[in-house]
Amino acid sequence: MCQGYGHPAAARIRARDNALMRRAQRCLWRNALLRGPVILHRKRLLYALALAQTSASAPFPGCYKERFHDPHFIRPATARCVFLPTMNSPLLKSRTLWISVAVLAVIGLVVAVALMWRPAIAPIKRPTSFDSAQLQRGARVVEAGDCAVCHTRPGGEYLAGGLPLVTPFGTLYSTNITPDAQTGIGEWSLPAFERAMREGIARDGHFLYPAFPYVHYRRMSAADIADAYAYLMSGPAVHAPARQNQMNFPMNIRPLVSFWNLLFLHGEPLTPLAEHSAAWNRGRYLVDGPGHCAGCHSPLNLIGAEKSSEYLLGGSVDGWEAPALVGLGQRANPWNREQLLGYLRADVVDGHGTPAGPMRPVSLSLARLPASEAEAIADYLLSLQSPHAVTETTPKKPSNPTDHSSGALLFSSACAGCHAAAAPMREIDGRPGLQNTSALQAASSRNFLKTVLEGVPAIPGAPGPVMPPFAASLDNAQLGALAAYLREQARPDQPWADLSSTIEALRQETK
Amino acid sequence: MSQITLTVNGAAQALELEPDMPLLYALRNHLNLNGAKYGCGLGQCGACTVIVDDKPVFACLTPCAGLEGKKIRTVESLGSAEKPGPLQAAFIDKQAAQCGYCIAGMLMRAQSLLERDPHPDEQTICEHMAGNLCRCGTHLRIIEAIKQVAGHSGSLT
Repeated sequence: MCQGYGHPAAARIRARDNALMRRAQRCLWRNALLRGPVILHRKRLLYALALAQTSASAPFPGCYKERFHDPHFIRPATARCVFLPTMNSPLLKSRTLWISVAVLAVIGLVVAVALMWRPAIAPIKRPTSFDSAQLQRGARVVEAGDCAVCHTRPGGEYLAGGLPLVTPFGTLYSTNITPDAQTGIGEWSLPAFERAMREGIARDGHFLYPAFPYVHYRRMSAADIADAYAYLMSGPAVHAPARQNQMNFPMNIRPLVSFWNLLFLHGEPLTPLAEHSAAWNRGRYLVDGPGHCAGCHSPLNLIGAEKSSEYLLGGSVDGWEAPALVGLGQRANPWNREQLLGYLRADVVDGHGTPAGPMRPVSLSLARLPASEAEAIADYLLSLQSPHAVTETTPKKPSNPTDHSSGALLFSSACAGCHAAAAPMREIDGRPGLQNTSALQAASSRNFLKTVLEGVPAIPGAPGPVMPPFAASLDNAQLGALAAYLREQARPDQPWADLSSTIEALRQETK
Repeated sequence: MSQITLTVNGAAQALELEPDMPLLYALRNHLNLNGAKYGCGLGQCGACTVIVDDKPVFACLTPCAGLEGKKIRTVESLGSAEKPGPLQAAFIDKQAAQCGYCIAGMLMRAQSLLERDPHPDEQTICEHMAGNLCRCGTHLRIIEAIKQVAGHSGSLT
């Protein structure tokens, strides 16, 4: 029944259809704004138009199909979906349209400003008089919050910033939090400081990056924040301008952090839970509040926020594995309270070793606090049960035993001076054998390899073991042989499978 | 015993060594390069420091196996008593040695820094030299000597 392509009637209909579609396109956005999103598939739109037409004049039902072959036909939209226009809406012609557009624009602007703009808080003259009890409390809060771990660069002035923080989104430099008026926080009032701690906004209104753990600090008590403020304000002012961050686009646009905050910034100051002891509550406060343990010990999602569903289930930081903190007493190499207490305070403990890598400065901080703080943390952490049942595997030798003689030779050459059973460090100082350390017991070889490559550097002024770095002394094959040999002694049932690729990756990272 | 070829101060030396022998023993006992000293044997003092491929290492903890093809340099490569190198001359100039036992290691660690960064500031020098100890306590003179070379525009070799 369909007319031929060159038929005059068909041509007439085509022209009329095209005019119809042009009008439809013209009012597309106006209608979209006025009517809200009535979204139809393109094919259904064509049917709708054709039906409208056939019901009006409809001499040739079915002719709409011709449009698919007509090169001059104006496609309704480039996208697969379009808005269904209402052709004769009186709204289109009225002032209401433009008023609505204006209202929507204003609402959009208000929302954008509310999200992405924060006012500056007026500068003040640096306050100087705080009572000494408050300063003492503040010093402890600053220590528990590990402020100096990031806000002091190696060799730099205390709390004057400048430490590079390498993130997947670029490199950040920590800032100066000494009370210097120009480059530090000397002009910050307590409300400005509290806003920064709870919402991640600097005094002048700019958004701070979430590498600063305000997600956790917002859970602190107002008293602790005030004490920390007093302590920071009473310290020596150091003139140290912030270094320019090297963030990749679009993360170099700070207001975008507001969207991150919208998604991840929630949680109120922690209140004690009645069913638990005071020590447990104190531990929870230290872990979730100032200590921000989950910052490293929880995995991060694609945009650098902690996965709340995997709270303290283990993460990674600077190439090190930050192990899970739940189920510490349930695992194959379990922790008891005494071991955890010693470890948290930077001691060398039997069965696990001593904190290395990024945990070392954290444990040294904890060691400077009263012992009750580490006890509280240990009580809380040991109460956290692993969501996964422990699967104790029965040790079974691999079917084809590997030859570890080269690893054994390397051990006697490079490690035995300190780590052999008869070495003075172990005989006199009572250090544990390597096979009992967490690094060799862990499922991942990362922390063992990182320790061998980088050693345990001396921290000026801090006590503790020192181990030389072996990055330049051992090549990849030697490192692999050594790791396989020692793992065989620690966990003969579970050799590390991924050694050479992990070593390769770590070498790339530390270049 | 196995045959290991070490490239020391530019010359390839084929040696019959136990593969677990640390480099320090090969240098002192097989090659008569007695500059590097045995101090603690634990990588804690730095008296044995030599340069392997531009990086300072503790020769007492570095196995010979695995060093084939790498460029090993000892204090003997810096100059001689008659013709000391610039860093050695600066150590003499500043009278940086007392008993002298640590000095070969100090020189090699400082040398590796100055090759990487010819004009380090004092902070960098102190951080870099932290791995080497001087029992006589001449650290301040040692740092002065390194600073003297770091201030010079002349080359180190």
